[in-house]
Amino acid sequence: MKSNKLFKILSFILVTLIVLSIFVPVVWVFLASVKEKGEFYGSPWTMPAGIYFQNFIDAFKEARMGEYFLNSVIVTILALAINLVISVPAANVISRFEFKGRGVLNTFFMAGLFINVNYIVIPIFLMLVNGDRALAELMPNGFFINNIFVLALVYAATTVPFTIYLLGGYLKTISSTYEEAARLDGASNFQVMTRVIIPMAKPSIITVILFNFLSYWNDYIISLTLMPGEKRTLQVGLLNLMTAQKAAANYGRLYAGMVIVMVPALIFYALIQKQMIAGMAQGGSKE
Amino acid sequence: MKRNHSKRKKSNLRFIILCTAPALLAYIVFMIVPTINVFRMSLFKWSGFSANKQFVGLDNFKILLDDQNFIRAFQNTVLLLVVVTSVTIVLALLLAAIMSTSRAKGKNLYRFIIFIPNILSVVVIAAIFSAIYDQEHGLLNGLLNLLHLSSWKHMWLGDQKIIIFSVAAAMVWQSVGYYMVMYTSSIANVPDSLYESAALDGATQSKQFFSITLPLIWQNIRSSLTFYIISSINLSFVLIKAMTGGGPDGASEVLLSYMYKQAYTNSSYGYGMAIGVVIFLFSFLLSLIVNQVTKRETLQY
Repeated sequence: MKSNKLFKILSFILVTLIVLSIFVPVVWVFLASVKEKGEFYGSPWTMPAGIYFQNFIDAFKEARMGEYFLNSVIVTILALAINLVISVPAANVISRFEFKGRGVLNTFFMAGLFINVNYIVIPIFLMLVNGDRALAELMPNGFFINNIFVLALVYAATTVPFTIYLLGGYLKTISSTYEEAARLDGASNFQVMTRVIIPMAKPSIITVILFNFLSYWNDYIISLTLMPGEKRTLQVGLLNLMTAQKAAANYGRLYAGMVIVMVPALIFYALIQKQMIAGMAQGGSKE
Repeated sequence: MKRNHSKRKKSNLRFIILCTAPALLAYIVFMIVPTINVFRMSLFKWSGFSANKQFVGLDNFKILLDDQNFIRAFQNTVLLLVVVTSVTIVLALLLAAIMSTSRAKGKNLYRFIIFIPNILSVVVIAAIFSAIYDQEHGLLNGLLNLLHLSSWKHMWLGDQKIIIFSVAAAMVWQSVGYYMVMYTSSIANVPDSLYESAALDGATQSKQFFSITLPLIWQNIRSSLTFYIISSINLSFVLIKAMTGGGPDGASEVLLSYMYKQAYTNSSYGYGMAIGVVIFLFSFLLSLIVNQVTKRETLQY
């Protein structure tokens, strides 16, 4: 009994230390984002003297985080839409239709789960550069590089295997009785998909959106590589703020920028944490 | 009737093609072709931009063997893999075990917080750890000052010997919540009756953990090892690229960041792709070996 009690106390201390190691730095960033420049020269463990909101205005306007924020929103929504439009029909057919070559097609898509984007981002970049070169006469300013629509397409395409994997597993479990009833009423394949299958697959579609949202919103390697110009996503904008701060010691602006980047993900997480953790337990692991 | 049937079959086929073609096309263009290019281009000497593309066979791989920077990046990758995996696995298992047995009220809040790093972007994590490790205004050195432990202060990101462990700590910080959730859900599948009868026999909680929980969730731990290999190779790259840029003086370079540097920044595209091939083969073989070595008889509940 005694050792049980000791175990409890020790485990409580361990868990609390880990929680603090996460909680304190995150809260500290929020506090630091309203500090004035002079306050950064003392101990980092002091509370802000007041709320210096100018940091946020600077970050939004001068560091152009507002503009980058909008770019990120557009890219993320667009990529989610493209990904679903191309993956849902494919997953539907692969998991619910009998046809020659179905197994091969499925294996071919699943092989993509083992291809990591970090390995292929530079070949993708060069492919797009070559595309621009081929179009040089038509479009001298280039088309594929620095294009947020192309970026969204790359995001969508590189998550196709994951989406099909997750959706396919769920679609298989939907009973065919509803589908047969709809067919007797004369519904076409397309109508069965849009009116019967998709509404019933809603939970798995939501899980896919959750995971893909985080991976598009949080990515910086792909967007840094494919958009080397002035047009940036939020993460790359923050990366630039980090580099700039090293030179100019503009801490307040950097921490305000971090808050701008963190808040959407945190709100999103607070809203959907239950589904997300349930989705993970289902085997929807990504990394 | 027969005609009708074949008509139906035809329209089915058309539907199948229409549904799969866009996904297939996007997948082939943006994943399959680039992957083939990684392997193909590793045999060429090419800057990536000039018209001058020269087939050199396995020469790129021969150069790798003598490249000190490559060898250091390889060592760092392996070091991070071992350190991060072993620390994360122990912490995540402990947390999962504690969270599953505890009936404390704050449990859900704790779990909420521990999972937060997993949803933050790598750039944010890199920025948070730059703030923690900052030499003059950093949280860590500031804390050591407050505790009168000034002699423990270090240049966490400036010292060539320490930096890789500073990076490892950030990686553990990022991933521990993810694996905790994963192990918690496998522990939840172990029937309560086993614990109840063990408790009646007077087994302590730590004994229950080692003789019941651990053997029964072994398969889950085993399959998570592959995740650790893949994710630590990738996370170390994206984190280092944002946090240290591989510095100081290449001390924190890892394989993927060295590949990126050679292929993109240095325009040695063919050479970079050869590094990519090595990383790919390394992670593939390592996963196979780990899978073989950890094989045990499957225990039933």
